[in-house]
Amino acid sequence: MIQGVGQTSEFDEAALVAQAQQGGVEAFTELVNRYERNIFRLARHITQNPEDAEDVLQETFMKAYEHLVDFQGNSKFYTWLVRIAVNQSLMKLRKRKTDASVSLDEPFDTGEESLTREIAVWDPNPELTCSREEMREILEKAVESLPPVFRSVFVLRDIEELSTEETAELLNLSIPAVKSRLLRARLRLREKLTRYFKRKGEDLFGYM
Amino acid sequence: MVTCKDFLSELNEYLDDECREEVRKELENHLSECPNCWVICDTTKKTVEIYRGMEAYPVPPAVHDRLVNALRKKCEQPRS
Repeated sequence: MIQGVGQTSEFDEAALVAQAQQGGVEAFTELVNRYERNIFRLARHITQNPEDAEDVLQETFMKAYEHLVDFQGNSKFYTWLVRIAVNQSLMKLRKRKTDASVSLDEPFDTGEESLTREIAVWDPNPELTCSREEMREILEKAVESLPPVFRSVFVLRDIEELSTEETAELLNLSIPAVKSRLLRARLRLREKLTRYFKRKGEDLFGYM
Repeated sequence: MVTCKDFLSELNEYLDDECREEVRKELENHLSECPNCWVICDTTKKTVEIYRGMEAYPVPPAVHDRLVNALRKKCEQPRS
């Protein structure tokens, strides 16, 4: 199993949080070093704007530092940070009122037919077919192309690895809505990635 | 009898190992008979695995420094 964010050395982390709660800026900076990449990526995915993402990163950690005494340790520190970052990112989205600010409650087409057009086996090791940089670019672009209603759910569930319940609460959606959006997001991404990763030189049913 | 449509609607529960044992067996029966669903299932599983293994871009050093400096400044202020 691939180890997710925040699953390493929980004891160590509790000690860092306790030190930071006493005002230890060094301990808090260590927490920044651990999680800033993930928070920055999350903010970029939700806001779709690099400048907004920089602001969200800064605001998230500043708010976390200010409110650190309120952190009770009932959830993981990382989940608590994500909660702040999602709220800050959604606020940016609402302020911008661009295409990206489409409501997360926007109705969407529920038809599955269009999601399963590309049926082709993949190369057994897609990660070996291109460089790490190229791979990251392909994955980022595919996520960016998702409509916001699917993107936020996918980012929280499959990239940041939050639970269905946490995702529902953060995005103010019902659990069935999270589940159906995640299914459509996964199928859309699968479809997009198939164009890059399908096994070369074989017919559609080359595996038969 | 599980149809392709049924399979697709249960795909996430199947991949996330959240379905009941008897449902899992029925889905696996369908998978063994339906090459299209097998491909969709396999490639969706790989999609999720690839994203879970994706590394985040580093935060630009200037952005990191701005944050750390702001925190230090904040720390120097007396707490209310």
